[in-house]
Amino acid sequence: MAALFRNRHLTGWLLASPLAAVLAFFLVLPILMIVVVSFWGATEFSIYPAFEFDNYHFLLTSPVTLQVFLNTFKYALVTWALTLGIGFAVAYFLAFHVRSQTWQIALFLLCTIPFWTSNIIRMISWIPFLGRNGLANSTLISWGVIDEPLEWLLFSDFSVILAFVHLYTLFMVVPIFNTMMRIDRSLIEAANDAGASGFQILTNVIIPLCKPGIMIGSIFVVTLVMGDFITVRFMSGSQSANVGRLISNDIALLQYPSAAATAVILLVTVLMVIGTLLRFVDIRKEL
Amino acid sequence: MDRRRPRSFYPLAAFFGLFLLFLYGPTLTIAILSFQGPTGGLTFPMRGVSLHWFHDLFQQQAVGDIWGSFRRSFALGLMVMVTTVVVSVMGGLAFRKRFAGSGVLFYLVVTALVIPSILISLGVGLIFNQTGLDVHWSTSGFGSQLTWTLPFGLLIMFAVFNRFDKSYEEAARDLGASPWQTIAHVVLPIIAPSLIGVALFGFTLSYDEFARTLLTAGSRNTLPLEIYGMTTNVTTPVIFALGTLTTVFSFLVIGVFLATVWALNRRRARAGSDAGKGMV
Repeated sequence: MAALFRNRHLTGWLLASPLAAVLAFFLVLPILMIVVVSFWGATEFSIYPAFEFDNYHFLLTSPVTLQVFLNTFKYALVTWALTLGIGFAVAYFLAFHVRSQTWQIALFLLCTIPFWTSNIIRMISWIPFLGRNGLANSTLISWGVIDEPLEWLLFSDFSVILAFVHLYTLFMVVPIFNTMMRIDRSLIEAANDAGASGFQILTNVIIPLCKPGIMIGSIFVVTLVMGDFITVRFMSGSQSANVGRLISNDIALLQYPSAAATAVILLVTVLMVIGTLLRFVDIRKEL
Repeated sequence: MDRRRPRSFYPLAAFFGLFLLFLYGPTLTIAILSFQGPTGGLTFPMRGVSLHWFHDLFQQQAVGDIWGSFRRSFALGLMVMVTTVVVSVMGGLAFRKRFAGSGVLFYLVVTALVIPSILISLGVGLIFNQTGLDVHWSTSGFGSQLTWTLPFGLLIMFAVFNRFDKSYEEAARDLGASPWQTIAHVVLPIIAPSLIGVALFGFTLSYDEFARTLLTAGSRNTLPLEIYGMTTNVTTPVIFALGTLTTVFSFLVIGVFLATVWALNRRRARAGSDAGKGMV
């Protein structure tokens, strides 16, 4: 018996079995179910088992699909660029300019606390800011910058991307900060002694060493934005579409097979993007 | 080292300040607006200051069941929290040694983290639907949320065990501790503060989760679903009052967890061993 427990494969699986069970039932099975159902057919009220490519055929030939996918990539790309820029600057400030460790922890926590609060409420809270009579418009009018309230502040691509940046920048800040804190400070001194300017230190020392953090942050942001449906729906006032909304609309109409087919294509797309990003970093080594 | 601030400090500090304002400004705005007078609307100006909308929350609601959904979200949060802590610790211990299939399991964890939430919602909903099971927040909703909280818990455990000094365990073994005694009396007390962190992720991510519970919570809503429903048919500051209350609740929960970590670390620093400090 004791010898049995010394077998690392057995103890490993015993310890990992709850995790494996949860993932098998609530991750693997659902994915398989979606793949299966994506070949099914649907009437107006019900779905029936079948093996037909109608759902895919419709999706891949519809001009809407292409446009929606392009829109999804647009959101992902713009949000990624903005969160990367903001996240890097914030992490850089925290890691290299805040010198007392207490302050560093306190300010870092301030950046991460919103992550543990509700996304929906954080979205709602933009309404009084961006609305037609909101704070932004009334301030700009009182400054004389504009005469008429700007209509594109709320319920537009602008507000969608603003909300994405608001919600997801901390997914960039945390991993980038984490890698920055592990940079050996003597490397920077060495670069300094060798006559590098501040900018050269940034581009030749710090950014290359931060690459794993940047990649992990990018994976988070890109997948969260690509899989989103609620932010786009809420912040665009149902005027813009992305793939997630296409799926949720089909679900609302009980067209599960078509929703499943779209979901399969979305999953394949997301995994391809991540596969590309993972070529640049080994996550297990970076934790 | 030169103690003068480099020139880049000031613009970056200003940028950081703006970032914090960007993070917290909107939340503060709705906190202020939730004190609107009874005739006030969803935006400024304030028409008087009152507790009208908070009071409104405690009245019988025209739509939905806010307090019922809060109780469900709270219970679900606790269930997810306990499960996440236990399963993540076991998983973390398992992954310290390579075992057959550990690579596959690791990639499944990563997949759970990056898969669009709506796929979990749709897939779990379809399975329950087709097998004739009822979707319910405490079964299908519970499982779906675990696919989001467990990867975070596990990543934290990886980070913890990567920094774990194995000589403590060896010392315990040399003193004759059984594997179980080593875990219970040596490993768990050392990683306890990180476990509080895992618990914080488990509870708050569940309490706020929306997309994964959308199709898996059944007819009884959790609080985020209830709030989402309100956004489409409530046009008064009562939604700000609710938002403010649940954000305050989140802050309280986060505060309790962080204070616990802080207290644990302090106690450890005070009661810790003086070994290696040169006291002979």
